[in-house]
Amino acid sequence: MSHDSTTATESADEYLTFALGEEEYGVEILKVQEIRGYDTVTRLPDAPDYIKGVINLRGTIVPVIDMRLKFRLAKAEYNALTVMIVLNVADRVVGMVVDSVSDVIRLGAEQIRPVPEIGATIDRQFITGIGTAAERMLILLEIERLMTSAEMGLVAHANAA
Amino acid sequence: MDITRFHAAFFEESRENLDAMEAGLLALESGSADAETINVVFRAAHSIKGGAATFGFAAISELTHQLETLLDEARSGRRQLDPDAIGALLVAGDSLRGLLGAAEHGDAIDEAGLKRAHDGLARMMGRESKAASSAAAASKAEIAEWRIGFKPAPSMFLSGNDPLRILRELAGHGELGVTCLDNNLPKFSDLDPFEAYLAWDLMLPGSVPRSAIDDAFAWVEDQCELAIEGIPAKSMVAPPPPAEHLDNVVALGARTETTAARSGGNDADSSIRVAVNKVDALINLVGELVITQAMLRQRSTQLDPVANELLLSGLEQLDRNTRDLQEAVMGVRMLPVEFAFSRFPRMVRDLATRLDKKVRLRTSGEATELDKGVIEKIVDPLVHLVRNAIDHGLELPAERRAAGKDDTGTISLNAQHQGGHIVIEISDDGRGLDRERILRKAAERGLPIGDNPTDAQVWDLVFHPGFSTAEQLTDLSGRGVGMDVVKKNIAALGGQVEIRSKKGAGTTVSIRLPLTLAILDGMTVAVGGEVFILPLNAVIESLQPGAGDVRTIANEARVLRVREDYLPLLDLAAQYGLVGSHGNAHGNGAPIAVVVEADGRRLALEVDELLGQQQVVVKNIEANYRRVQGISGATILGDGRVALIVDVGGLTQAQQMANAA
Repeated sequence: MSHDSTTATESADEYLTFALGEEEYGVEILKVQEIRGYDTVTRLPDAPDYIKGVINLRGTIVPVIDMRLKFRLAKAEYNALTVMIVLNVADRVVGMVVDSVSDVIRLGAEQIRPVPEIGATIDRQFITGIGTAAERMLILLEIERLMTSAEMGLVAHANAA
Repeated sequence: MDITRFHAAFFEESRENLDAMEAGLLALESGSADAETINVVFRAAHSIKGGAATFGFAAISELTHQLETLLDEARSGRRQLDPDAIGALLVAGDSLRGLLGAAEHGDAIDEAGLKRAHDGLARMMGRESKAASSAAAASKAEIAEWRIGFKPAPSMFLSGNDPLRILRELAGHGELGVTCLDNNLPKFSDLDPFEAYLAWDLMLPGSVPRSAIDDAFAWVEDQCELAIEGIPAKSMVAPPPPAEHLDNVVALGARTETTAARSGGNDADSSIRVAVNKVDALINLVGELVITQAMLRQRSTQLDPVANELLLSGLEQLDRNTRDLQEAVMGVRMLPVEFAFSRFPRMVRDLATRLDKKVRLRTSGEATELDKGVIEKIVDPLVHLVRNAIDHGLELPAERRAAGKDDTGTISLNAQHQGGHIVIEISDDGRGLDRERILRKAAERGLPIGDNPTDAQVWDLVFHPGFSTAEQLTDLSGRGVGMDVVKKNIAALGGQVEIRSKKGAGTTVSIRLPLTLAILDGMTVAVGGEVFILPLNAVIESLQPGAGDVRTIANEARVLRVREDYLPLLDLAAQYGLVGSHGNAHGNGAPIAVVVEADGRRLALEVDELLGQQQVVVKNIEANYRRVQGISGATILGDGRVALIVDVGGLTQAQQMANAA
């Protein structure tokens, strides 16, 4: 690996941006496996409302989470534009339903600000920082920590068993 | 060249060699060994030593060297391997296993264990040399000369071995008398420079240790005719008649043949090592193919059979091929149950020694094949059951004599196919379960049991968590954690376990397992707008209950009358929290009830519709999600949708707990 590319990845990471209601979020592009349309799911018993169910992704059973329900947005409609981001986090495959996917942008370290103290439904530990690109404000998610956290209910935790 | 990349192969092979060594030693001890056994054991030790020396694992090669020396004496008939010696060899084998692990993972070496192994071997060697009167030592002292007949196979050069080097090595041990036999040498014009034509008669002084001679020939053993004999001092004047010499050569030649035959029949030569994940990937792909094929078949039913005749017959052919392919691929994962049984001879021996009991182990049906995954998971329960059988089941020799039985107790392990299942039975001919005592214990612990329970019901209590009838706790078993765990593990494999026992005559634990975890015969049912799979082996019957058949108890729990019995009735849609329940399909009328059984308990499940029966490929949902109560897995239906598989055992247990609460 050349020295140049190392410094490049250090100073700037690529993020996939998506919209949830009025807000714009970003996840590290390296965690994204693919983007798909929303399919009908098979409902899972004993699951919170935001876990929509499971789908068959080329032979793998993949749970699907509706982030709009998770972040308690006003409406979570399913239409032709609704998309699902398939993530690969901690050796698991998880589908994440969002309103729409926007683009991929490169953010340098200087463009990422720490998260201010706020009382929000989403815990600060799941946010890497606030990214600014031109006039846009991006909430950068610590997606791996979020998806494997106990409150998400995707992973069996010792106390939950 | 970086030789570390060969390490993994060395470790794996060494472990196999250790297993072979252990099996051979145990066979020698029990007297079931044949003439070849000691050679197998020796070769195993020898190849570990060779590998360890090559890779520079000094501790391993030193210990194997000692081991090999002892084995060599046994091989050449100068030592009888008594149980003590075998014990020392087994301990050394364990220590080697530890050393291998240490070398592989860089763990600390168990110095104490290593020292014990060395000491044990040294004691065995020392005992021999001190006992001057022992026949072996006597014969050793009398050997004045070694006479070696060495005739390389024509192809010896091709394996990179050079007789000249061997002769030089021998010459290094003492004065070597060499007679070259060139009667096989062809005419110069016919001479092939790549073939070995010469043979030698060699003489070495008796002071040279036999092991040194064997070492020199170790690499070419199976590529030559070799006769080594020690000539006693008094017969020096009259060398043995040539006929005897010839016999010896023939005998050894025959041995070489058996070796060749053995290695020819050995799996190692006709098989390849493949990483398990490659096989699993293959199985997954075939699973996909099966699903795609099922989808095509489903779609094709709507086609006009006349216009699409060729297409349809092609699809039918595909159907057959896919099924054959699937069966063949599943077969790759199948291993003989011997893999699970092979550890027991050693374990039984050690346990019997520790408990002062005499135990004979009988195994049968080792060739029965079972999925690798099932075998791996069944080992622990089996170990537990065998331990229990020896510790609690079998009596001490004195007690057995008093009861008019053979001193030596018998533990039998038997595996066999029964339909789509494999049944493994662990039997002992010991004292059997004590009905009264189990009932007393159950009463003490407040376990639920009816009046006048049947034997089967009583034996079932043993599987209750926290139950143990052992009067004294030993470090082996009887801590009360055990049988319930055994049962849970077996249930997790989709298996069942039952006990048969007769007081004074022994106990048999019978385990019934599915052949594979990957495929399941399922009944597809519709519940609340979703499709669920009920494992067919749990389904007893399905029926449409009349209006009067469903009753409530305390206005809450619902029961279904099936002929004479009342079974708890569980609404699957409610159980799984699914809305959009029946009503739609059946009006307000009666839904369909499927009677299922698990752990000997029956339960009626209320479903909306029966869809059909099909084989499904079981997929794990825990790979990407957590465990779900009441669901044992998922599968993909012909239309590409996911269907969940109902965990019947989990439901009956939950139901029972709800009742108890």
